[in-house]
Amino acid sequence: MWSAFANPERFERLAARLVPWFGWGAAILFAIGLPWALIISPPDYQQGDTVRIMYVHVPSAWLSMAAYAGLGGASFVYFIWRHNIADLAAQALAPIGAVFAFLTLATGSLWGRPMWGTWWEWDARLTSMLVLFLLYLGYMALRAAIEDERLAARAGAILAMAGLINLPIIKFSVDWWNTLHQPASVIRLDGPTIHMSQLWPLLVMALAFTALMTALVLMNVRNMSLAKRAEARARRRIEGEGT
Amino acid sequence: MIKARKRLWVVLASAGVLVAAGVLAGFALRDAMTFFHSPAMVAESPPLPGQRIRVGGLVIEGSVERPASGGASFSVTDTVADIRITYAGSLPDLFREGQGIVAEGAFEETGLFVASRVLAKHDEAYMPPEVASALASAEAQGALPGSTGRDAWALGQARSAQGRT
Repeated sequence: MWSAFANPERFERLAARLVPWFGWGAAILFAIGLPWALIISPPDYQQGDTVRIMYVHVPSAWLSMAAYAGLGGASFVYFIWRHNIADLAAQALAPIGAVFAFLTLATGSLWGRPMWGTWWEWDARLTSMLVLFLLYLGYMALRAAIEDERLAARAGAILAMAGLINLPIIKFSVDWWNTLHQPASVIRLDGPTIHMSQLWPLLVMALAFTALMTALVLMNVRNMSLAKRAEARARRRIEGEGT
Repeated sequence: MIKARKRLWVVLASAGVLVAAGVLAGFALRDAMTFFHSPAMVAESPPLPGQRIRVGGLVIEGSVERPASGGASFSVTDTVADIRITYAGSLPDLFREGQGIVAEGAFEETGLFVASRVLAKHDEAYMPPEVASALASAEAQGALPGSTGRDAWALGQARSAQGRT
């Protein structure tokens, strides 16, 4: 079943068909989620309107971690079975995940200044999130630094898999150690501690971010796959002329 | 396929080693990973006077004094132990009685904690103002004993402090 996706042409056709669905889905969800989160939803009893940063911060954080899980998973599939589409997916996820990680850090900093009284503190949650961002940058830098594409893909895959250990650290840092960052409000065993009037717009925003990221990743993988085949064809033609 | 199986074993073995190393490092760095010490942890192993640390807890209701000369002094608690803190700077907006805060500074010989910085800690409870006031009035009537996030935070802190001893 999985090898069906390893055929580049079939994957390209599938991606081309899926992209508009996710793209338009994201547009519709943002059209609902943005005004709901930024205007209609109530202010917080303590944070006032500053709570609205959360509607960007939290989905970004979730997706930066989901993208990394995807990067690690794709790297695993590539490293073990050498499926090229998996490597393309890893390559496609890295910059997108990095952007979401950066958004998380930036919006968190903007929230921290008025709420905590500081732009940045070296607490376990903030530091592990910064490590995630640096892992993305390190992955891209490593791949760019090695000229041999296969070697770059393998080295990158090892780094990406090793970095997976950071994901549970990010998630549970607030439970394992005393941190300045608050514990989880949504994904927790005893149910959300966020009021429904704030939880719903957050979930819509999270879905919108997810749809957007899926569309971007699919487009990215398809472009890279097409470029790779075009390159291979060009090489064959040149070689053919040479003989 | 045989090569793939070999690679799979190598990756799984490496993952096991990496996770073990991570867990060991996490335990070894336990103190360093702690952003602040709760009053119970301070009572357990008191720092030297003048040693810079961060302490955190809930501001005890009715403990806040604001002298005319500016600044404030107050006590924080994790429901196990208390710490008296004095601070000369301006407090963050979220500072209030019952709120979680983190103070950076050092103990004096007298046991008073002199803070050079005070950060407010936000808890995991998010709600609109109407819900907060409804909860507060219900709690005042005794209908909802201690169900807000702040109390959950205090309990969590106390529990983790006890787990550490």
